[in-house]
Amino acid sequence: MAKLKLALYWAASCGGCDIATLAIGEKILKLAEAADIVFWPVAMDFKYSDVEKIPDKSIDACLFNGAIQNSEGEHIAQLLRAKSKILIAYGSCSYEGCIPGLANFFNRQMIFDRVYIETQSTDNPEKVYPQSKVLVPEGELEIPDFYDTVKTLAQTVDVDYFVPGCPPEEKTTWLALETLIEGKLPPKGAVISHSVKAVCDECPRIKKEKKVKKFYRPYEIIPDPEICLLEQGLLCYGPATRGGCGAPCPQANMPCTGCYGPVEGVVDQGAHFLTALASVIDSDDPTEIQRIINDIVDPAGTFYRYSLPDSLLRRARIK
Amino acid sequence: MVEFEPKILAFCCNWCSYRGADLAGISRIKYPPNVRIIRVMCSGRVEPEFVVKALSSGADGVLVLGCHIGDCHYIYGNHRTAKRMAILQRLLGYLGIEPSRLRLEWVSAAEGSRFSKIVTEFTSEIKRLGPNPLKNITLQNPTILRDEKR
Repeated sequence: MAKLKLALYWAASCGGCDIATLAIGEKILKLAEAADIVFWPVAMDFKYSDVEKIPDKSIDACLFNGAIQNSEGEHIAQLLRAKSKILIAYGSCSYEGCIPGLANFFNRQMIFDRVYIETQSTDNPEKVYPQSKVLVPEGELEIPDFYDTVKTLAQTVDVDYFVPGCPPEEKTTWLALETLIEGKLPPKGAVISHSVKAVCDECPRIKKEKKVKKFYRPYEIIPDPEICLLEQGLLCYGPATRGGCGAPCPQANMPCTGCYGPVEGVVDQGAHFLTALASVIDSDDPTEIQRIINDIVDPAGTFYRYSLPDSLLRRARIK
Repeated sequence: MVEFEPKILAFCCNWCSYRGADLAGISRIKYPPNVRIIRVMCSGRVEPEFVVKALSSGADGVLVLGCHIGDCHYIYGNHRTAKRMAILQRLLGYLGIEPSRLRLEWVSAAEGSRFSKIVTEFTSEIKRLGPNPLKNITLQNPTILRDEKR
């Protein structure tokens, strides 16, 4: 059998997903037996023009990580879609928008103001903003256009499979690669993970009736290592998050933050978590309920930490 | 200029509020025709996702009507609704949507006039707020809508 041709790319991401692909350990040798890497900018020197030259559909599979936040990301997404037989949104950024997607609470101008004017370490008295085109003595220089709204990969091009996680756990990555190597492909649009149930299903903590009078942030309490974190007042995203990760965070005394995306059948992860969260509030008095709710710092950023661009509203409206 | 006529979605619970709306009809009590009623078994069935979906599909306002606290057919369904809608209102504010586009009220089966009063008040409140800001965006740019197939 001919070796698979594999491409990896990063758009708006932190680079963690590229490291996560290496986290498969010695299995990388099995991968090397089965596949050749034809494009991987973070690890090897490739030029975009090399990719443009290869024939369409000649890459067997492309693991694309990162959200689409500028014209470069969009261009390469379209290019790799044309060149790849299978395009996989790898990691939460390309699947749901993830942390770069929090930019959708603001717009381009607000982000530029913050980054190029307001930050304490910035000295920019002439208020110079980045321009997509600039004339210098040597000629015209061009940099990619920065978008107002972060998009997921599936909102940009047609995507075949999704691999969740920020970054995907080693076993999830290997599940995806194994699927490709063995050619046992799931139906198009599938989210590749070991579980379709919630993280709670894999979490070994003891779960009883959930009644919470006050919500805490992780630094405010030392949680009991045996009992469900949500019962202890920590905003644990487990009930609204797809499992398959093996619940490593709750086992390390940290609440789940929801990086594996919504459980099967749910569109809006944030609203879904809200449903679960509201039910645990132990009060029927409207003023007390309001007080408990007000303890939640930054609810929008917490509920939509990984999924704002992929949620029903996709972004905050700026007046 | 034609006056703005909002589209309002009302989720009414089967046991109290829907019967309240029915009573308003039987008693020939007038209320604005802007409201579209969806019957649900309990106000506790109204997931915040439904409200967000309604707003993102262009509804100008969403009413959630349930039994009075203590009267829920399922004992504590409406207690949960009260908490969910309170958090959801706070969340909508962060997302740039006026929280008053969502209102939670209790209407019993005997309160036809209260149903009419709530719908009338809410309609004028939404008329004052103007059209849902998401409506124009979705019409001008259909690609902004999520691919439903996924």
